[in-house]
Order: sequence, then C-alpha cells, then structure tokens
Amino acid sequence: MIRNDAPVRWGLGFQDPATPVMEGIVNLHHEIMYVMIGVLCMVIYILMRIIYNYDYRRNREVRKEKRGALIEAIWTLTPTVILIIIAVPSYALLYAMEEEVSPGVTVKIIGHQWYWSYEYSDYGEEGISYDSYMIGEEELEEGDLRMLEVDNRMVLPIKTHIRLLLTSTDVIHSWAVPSLGVKCDTVPGRLSQVGVYIKREGVYYGQCSELCGMNHAYMPIVVEGVKVEGYKEWIKSKI
Amino acid sequence: MAEEGENENMEIKLETAPHDPRFQTTNQAKHCWSRYIEYHACVKQKGEEDSECQKFKRWYKSLCPNEWLENWDEQRANGTFPGPV
Repeated sequence: MIRNDAPVRWGLGFQDPATPVMEGIVNLHHEIMYVMIGVLCMVIYILMRIIYNYDYRRNREVRKEKRGALIEAIWTLTPTVILIIIAVPSYALLYAMEEEVSPGVTVKIIGHQWYWSYEYSDYGEEGISYDSYMIGEEELEEGDLRMLEVDNRMVLPIKTHIRLLLTSTDVIHSWAVPSLGVKCDTVPGRLSQVGVYIKREGVYYGQCSELCGMNHAYMPIVVEGVKVEGYKEWIKSKI
Repeated sequence: MAEEGENENMEIKLETAPHDPRFQTTNQAKHCWSRYIEYHACVKQKGEEDSECQKFKRWYKSLCPNEWLENWDEQRANGTFPGPV
C-alpha cells in the first residue's frame, strides 16, 4: 500500500496535496527551486572561473582597478530582478490563502496538553464535541501508522468551504496537516481562523508542530475527508 | 449522544456563521465575542424567542469555543461579566 497523505520513510518531497492551497505551495516551491538552481549554476560557474583565471601561477599581472560601475550595476540589478521574479508568485499565493469565503461548516479545534479536541457547534442544541487521543503502540492494528493513529478522527466534508477556528487551553500548540496545507499555531485566548477546501476524499495525517511539553510528539492529527452525504450521516450519528 | 435511529429523519444543513467584513483578521476572538454580545443585547430588546436573536445564538455557538461560553455564562450569572450586557 502506498500512502500519499501520511509521512513515509525517507520522504523528502511533499505529501500529495488535497487542497488548492497545498497545490499552490507545491507549485511555488517548484518555481522557486527552478530559480534557485539557475542561481546556483551561475554562482558555481563564476566561482570556478575566478579560481581558475586568478591563479597567481597563471596570472601574475596585478590589477589596479578600484571601481567598476558596470559590474556593480550588474551585481545589484540581477539579484533585484531575481527577487522580484520570486516575490510575484509568492505574494499571489499569500493573498490567495487569505481569501475570505463565507464557509458552509465551522469546526473549532482546541489544543490541550496533550491531545486535540474538536467542536462542531453548527448542529443541534448541544452540537458535537469530542477529544482525539493518539492510539498507543500496543493497541495498533495491522496497517495502522505508529504514532499517527488517533481514537476519534476529525471528519470534514470534501468540496465544501470549511472554517477552522483554532485555540488552546494551556500552552501554544500547532495544528498541522501537510496534505491540507495547514499549519496554524493554537494560542490560548486567541481564535485563529484558517479556511480549508478539500478536493478529494482521503485520510490526512498531521502532528502537533509547536513544542508544547513532555508529550508533544504524542498528539497526532487525523482528518478524514468524506463526501457531503457521508459527513451529514456522520453528524446525524454523533448528534 | 442520542438513541440510535432518533435522528434518522433530521435534516442536516451545511450552514454556519457567515464571513463578517468587520473581522478581517486571522484572530476571530472579537468576532465570537461580538456575536455573544449581540445575542444578549438582542434578547434584552426583543426577547429570547425572536428569530433574529436565535440567529445570533447559532452564530456565536458556531464561533466560540465551548469553554469560553461556559466562562462567560458563569460570569453573567455571577454579575462579573466584563461586557456591556
């Protein structure tokens, strides 16, 4: 079985994106990497030429020039242009991520030492709220991911604009799910908002990403992206 | 949790507190707080059953963490609530 929405051994690349935001992040990474490789090649080329040509055995002439307006202009303007080329898609993505859309679902995520709890208060008088703890090694079943599986998963509908509101009751935690392109600190007294739009069904894994104490490593996150009908059924069964 | 089968015919609508242009920042704490205040101001004016007030109630419940609401309700009961209502 290949898992693309969970960490893998020697996984140096990204997990598969499930939201437009994560697709944007992956694309931006690739664009910047393209520019960076160009810069690296240019720097290595210039460095090699300097080392080779300015060897005292090869070139005993002492150069007296103190100023060179042209070369200064080149080495000032070239990096400026390169930075602008990087800045344009970077800002476009940044503002796209903060696009405000009236959501269909609000879910509150509360960080605790050391577990997450989720509150769905759009439905019924009481709403739904539950805690999500990691499943210990001895209770894992075959195929489960060690240190990543939880007892109560977070369930979200796909193809729906979702508002996540994050806060904490004790110290700062960080709710992060790479496939969804979300990493948001949960700060006591603050209610941080993140918009998510999941494009496909799947089980997305994440971990607490802000050092929050002794069991920081043992409070993973599992999000299950289901079709809207399935989500409604789940709400009905929980309410 | 309800008895099995009790909610079979219940209609679940995907509705929640709308985006409010007054609260543009990432931190929505004030959004939650304002909806809570708006609800109680509304109840004072129109009474609890008013549909407008019920709307605010749904919205503040959607936005505010349950723990915050419990605190504020307790403070209101004790007369120590720092808000204007």
